[in-house]
Amino acid sequence: MADGQEWVEVEASNFKQLLDELAIKHPGLAPQIKRGVSLSLDGVIYREAWFTEIGPENEIILMPYMVGG
Amino acid sequence: MALDHQAKRDFKVVGTRVARPDGIDKVTGKAAYGADITAPGMLFGRILRSPHAHARIKSIDVSEAAKAPGVKAVVTSADLASPDDEYYADIRDNCLAREKVLYDGHAVAAVAATSKAAAKAAIRLIKVDYEILPHVTDVDEAMKPDAPVVQEGRALENVPAGMSQNVTSHFEFGHGDLDAGFAKADKIIERTFKTAATHQGYIEPQACMASLGTDGRGEVWCCTQGQYMVRANCAEVLGIEASQLRVISSEIGGGFGGKTTTFIEPVALALSRKSGKPVKIVMTREEVLRATGPTVSTSMDIKIGMTNEGRITAARGELRYQGGAFPCGTVEFGAQAAFAAYDLEAVQTLGWNVMTNRPKEIAYRAPGAPTSIYAVESVVDELCQELGLDPLDVRLLNAARKGTLSAYGPTFNEIGLVATLEAAKAHPHYNAPLGPNQGRGLSCGFWFNFGGNTCVSLNINDDGTIGVVEGNPDIGGSRASISMMAAEELGVPYDKVRTVIADTTSLGFNDVTDGSRVTFAVGLATIKAARAAIQEMCKRVAKIWGIDEDAVLWEDGFAKPSGPNAGTHPPMSLAEIAAIAGNTGGPIAGHHEVNADGAGVSFGVHLVDTEVDPETGATKILRYTIFQDAGKAVHPDYVEGQMQGGAVQGIGWALNEEYIYGEDGRLQNAGFLDYRIPVASDLPSIETVILEIPNPGHPYGVRGVGETPIVPPLAAISNAVSRAAGVRMTELPMSPPRLLKAMSA
Repeated sequence: MADGQEWVEVEASNFKQLLDELAIKHPGLAPQIKRGVSLSLDGVIYREAWFTEIGPENEIILMPYMVGG
Repeated sequence: MALDHQAKRDFKVVGTRVARPDGIDKVTGKAAYGADITAPGMLFGRILRSPHAHARIKSIDVSEAAKAPGVKAVVTSADLASPDDEYYADIRDNCLAREKVLYDGHAVAAVAATSKAAAKAAIRLIKVDYEILPHVTDVDEAMKPDAPVVQEGRALENVPAGMSQNVTSHFEFGHGDLDAGFAKADKIIERTFKTAATHQGYIEPQACMASLGTDGRGEVWCCTQGQYMVRANCAEVLGIEASQLRVISSEIGGGFGGKTTTFIEPVALALSRKSGKPVKIVMTREEVLRATGPTVSTSMDIKIGMTNEGRITAARGELRYQGGAFPCGTVEFGAQAAFAAYDLEAVQTLGWNVMTNRPKEIAYRAPGAPTSIYAVESVVDELCQELGLDPLDVRLLNAARKGTLSAYGPTFNEIGLVATLEAAKAHPHYNAPLGPNQGRGLSCGFWFNFGGNTCVSLNINDDGTIGVVEGNPDIGGSRASISMMAAEELGVPYDKVRTVIADTTSLGFNDVTDGSRVTFAVGLATIKAARAAIQEMCKRVAKIWGIDEDAVLWEDGFAKPSGPNAGTHPPMSLAEIAAIAGNTGGPIAGHHEVNADGAGVSFGVHLVDTEVDPETGATKILRYTIFQDAGKAVHPDYVEGQMQGGAVQGIGWALNEEYIYGEDGRLQNAGFLDYRIPVASDLPSIETVILEIPNPGHPYGVRGVGETPIVPPLAAISNAVSRAAGVRMTELPMSPPRLLKAMSA
């Protein structure tokens, strides 16, 4: 969905900016972003908080939107 | 909201075993469940369900039913709205079939009548002309290119071209070089596993009473895990505004994830809208099993390589999950969780979600994880057997810990897996002797947990008691835990606090009770609300004493002067402050609204001993011990209850429970006689060991505990049975006929 890349680079200072930039730079990711993704920031999962601040030193992993039972 | 930065806190209420607030009501029959409501003029609703696994609806003739004695309304999907959002459109189509029936038991039409008998008679008069279509109920069959197509055009963009249209989504996780990893292994085992669909087995069937007036305003009383979710679903499916609908959650007789969606509420509302009367619907047990949400059934391939010393060098899993007749989102959680307990250089999991002609799956505690971890832990155990290694030592050697790059992407912070493994190793159970036909099994378990949207309002009553209003149905003792956290924070006795669950008009939006979130997120919001109330009380007292606000502190339920310039003032109790609230500015309350994060992942380890009867294939659970990290056990009885309950559900899943479909695609065992869940006489006493490694994301260190306990039992029991029987089992349930066949092969 990101042209086969495991790691991609974008400029963003919070989660929302990150998602917006990813959808522009890698349109293949846009449908999944629209359906919902959660963010892991240095190992802590943020389910959908747009204004979570991120920086160049953070480990940022996108995950499927968190659910439970 | 971070863990409190103070020296190890000496909790006074949290951690004790107070009396539960709902106990007397539940044992005396006073508690009001979903079916325990009536209203003047109330009608009884009944649903007509498809007898076919897959058929086109050519026509529905309700004319005879509409004229039948006592009938006041008949509805079909034509009486529902057309949501643009695919998510709500699926809910609508599952509540009442549109164009096609997709599984045996799929709702087609409904009547409301003046008596249950009249409603039951009337649905028999509804004439449905079906064109029967080929069906498919097995996940691997459904993925074949020539499989009957359940629904067209539902595949996401991540499904490769050329696959069956029943394949709706695909996910991949992992890192490292698999080929290089497997090349380093001394032993590789590759196995295929299958698990059957199971049901959550809640004792209380879905039940509701709905009333929708000509002014567009309505009320729903129902047993649910989320009244705000019910409101949203009903509003979309009926085409009304959410603010015009008030949903009240009853006491709930079990949910476990199975009541995190709607089946009958929109139908009851539609009948009420048409009849002008309140309508009550209560599902029968048969309907619950045929037409609510079971788990996925699965087919999985697992390959793991290990050195002679027990180090895992590479691991790969391919998971195929069928989620019934609508697209589901479960395999990605199974795929992420599968290898989460391990520190691996090379790992890959692939997952496929697949549609079949079965009821739409829904969560059963940790959705997707029990089955994938069952397969992984089975292969790890078999490798230990083949290499002559201790299963616990191998888990410890490979355990994920702080700094491990997880199999699903993030690097772990402080986690409790090693502590739980070490606790298991040190426990007398692990080295207790075993007799003939007996075996011991263990498994790790993992779940993500989350926080979610949460609102709490905490009121200081004028008599000095406390009222906490929160928005999450209590499915595991959360009212007690929330009251305890409020009492702890305010410094008042627990019995001065009452926690109630609000309806949808009384608080802002609250996410469903799921994700092991309530004690964590609602507790966190309660603490914040209490602190806001404390701040207001200190402010009032500062004015009374004529000192600065920051010269007043709160301690053990009293406002006290603090600091060299505060002067001498006798402490004021919460009750004294509350009594004069009218004079000092008005009623005192605190509230907090948050989308909570920082729930923290959860690990557990289960140890089980089994005995297999070589003549009958029956398995007896001899001994069961659970080790789990709770962060901070607010009420240990409830934490133990969650652990034991998850284990019992896993025992049923591993040994007996399965949805059995015939060649005709119809469910063959839609009742508790033939769908066999464990009862008390099947089980030993289950011992629990609670570890407390504080979660840095909660002020008291609380970690969600409700879902993780269902994850390890499938593999722990399979490993124990495999060792007892002398044959590796790769299919669940390990019912006596299946085990007997494997032993004699």
